[in-house]
Amino acid sequence: MLVTALLSGLVLGGTYALVAMGLTLQYGIARIMNLAYGEMIISAAFLAYVLYADAGINPVVGLLIAAPAGFLLGYVVYGVMMRPLVARAKDKASLEIDSILATFGLLFVIQGVLLVIFGANFTSYNYLNVAVDVFGTNIAANRLLALVMALVLGGGLYMLLTRTLWGTALRAVAVAPASAPLVGINVDKAARMAFALGGALAAAGGVVISMYQTFTATSGVVFTMKALIVVIMGGVGNILGALSAGLILGLVETFVATYIDPGLTLAATYGIFLAILLWRPAGLFGRASR
Amino acid sequence: MKSVLSLQVALFVVIVAALAFLPVFASPYGLTLMIGMLGYVTLATAWALFSGPTRYVSLATVAFFGIGAYTVAVFSESMAYPLLLLVSAAIGLLVASVVGFATLRLAGVYFVIFTFGLAELIRQLVTWYEVNMTGTLGRYIFLPVTPEGIYWQLLGLAAITFAISWGVGRSRIGLALKVIGDDEVVAAHCGINVARVKLALFAVSSTIITLVGAIQAPRWTYVEPVIAFNPTVSFLTLIMALLGGANRLTGPLLGAVPLFLLFEWLSANFPNHYSIILGLLFIAIVFILPRGVLAFAEENWKRWRRHEVKTVPGVAE
Repeated sequence: MLVTALLSGLVLGGTYALVAMGLTLQYGIARIMNLAYGEMIISAAFLAYVLYADAGINPVVGLLIAAPAGFLLGYVVYGVMMRPLVARAKDKASLEIDSILATFGLLFVIQGVLLVIFGANFTSYNYLNVAVDVFGTNIAANRLLALVMALVLGGGLYMLLTRTLWGTALRAVAVAPASAPLVGINVDKAARMAFALGGALAAAGGVVISMYQTFTATSGVVFTMKALIVVIMGGVGNILGALSAGLILGLVETFVATYIDPGLTLAATYGIFLAILLWRPAGLFGRASR
Repeated sequence: MKSVLSLQVALFVVIVAALAFLPVFASPYGLTLMIGMLGYVTLATAWALFSGPTRYVSLATVAFFGIGAYTVAVFSESMAYPLLLLVSAAIGLLVASVVGFATLRLAGVYFVIFTFGLAELIRQLVTWYEVNMTGTLGRYIFLPVTPEGIYWQLLGLAAITFAISWGVGRSRIGLALKVIGDDEVVAAHCGINVARVKLALFAVSSTIITLVGAIQAPRWTYVEPVIAFNPTVSFLTLIMALLGGANRLTGPLLGAVPLFLLFEWLSANFPNHYSIILGLLFIAIVFILPRGVLAFAEENWKRWRRHEVKTVPGVAE
């Protein structure tokens, strides 16, 4: 039982970490709090479902279609909706409120479109649903694959951001947006790139989620909340922080569901969130001030 | 100045009195419509009472609305009706104080997400409690309250909310709130007890919202957590207040009336496209009317006036 809980916790946590990394890029670098983030995840989940159920394309290949599509969507959304708001904003607070309200609208639009196309039913599909023996317990192969995909994508992103010049420039914008132009970084371009990259990660997360969970057109909000909780726990803009916080959240949720009561998982999530906000608003690994 | 003020007060009294006679003429459907509209006018005004000047975007509306409705449902058989409202208000006030005390130091997106999560959290906890402790999920409300009674109570609450909002806008605490909204650091340096002012307003606003839920509860006759804690209430309240302009006394009213009618019509004719239109409205408001219809109209009126003065030769100088 312990090993089972640990494994499913890791799978869930890996997914949360993957999804949260995208949000931390969007919020940390582009400075846009994207409340429609979960809807982007769910859109990708539906895309993977359609590809698999109607066209017979397996989700791993589906990922190669969904991630670029998410990138494109993020790129367009930033260019069309967010750029005017950034240009108009007098200070950080007013941009924050404007972007919250605008992406809030986007949330309803995407959710409404999904509802019209797919209805409000729970959706899932069967892919690689065979038991695999790991450390003496059985776990579905699709969950294992989901964990591997999350780790590969997350690790790849981490390498990209820390080992390349391009990634260093992005991180520079996250740390000091005002000084970045002084060393020749195009902040606007970096923000747009980060937002688009976040969209790609959301889409990748959506495909991974669709492999082992049921989802509905309206479940995006829950993913936005959880991604945000992970982002704040790990510290805004901190990739490694998001990775570890995601794993922690996944483990906590699974353990609460296994040992206490499945009905209390969300309560546990909010409990953690509240505790973090009150005692460590800069995140578990953050510095005292921003 | 004094006479303008008494004229405004007189006008307010006349309007409220006229509205009080409306149920005599209205059809049952018209009365239902009026109750819903009054409910949202009160919600939006109460929301703007706190969120307008402080610019804290709160999505906790339905948390308190649901607390009110659910309290009535739980105690409807064991208490007299007036006591029921008092108990709901007290519970709302208590929750608001605890929540406000813990979270009002959060700003921006943290507050938005927290308040949204609060509604979900309370819904989950109530569901969990009902399923595990009482063994049922739904509750019936049988109270001897007529639709007219609900309408009059809501009208009274709406009038009180307007009076509070008007009073706050003219008082020291209103000024303090405006300073907080502009710059919290400056406010603290001016000697304003930022936390206390915010907490007080949040508590008042939340208590009114709780009462709206409690008064409207008998309309449902059957309540379960999904109905009482429907997040759409929070979203609608927010967008109504924003459309009208959350910084003006009558802003939320001007936003609530047309939007309530619009959404009523939408849910009857286009139930599937409801949320798409809601989303597009949000985006349109942010881009076209960031400070609400009233501020927009005022600015354009001023510009037009100035323009007119300039075009008449020899008047300006």
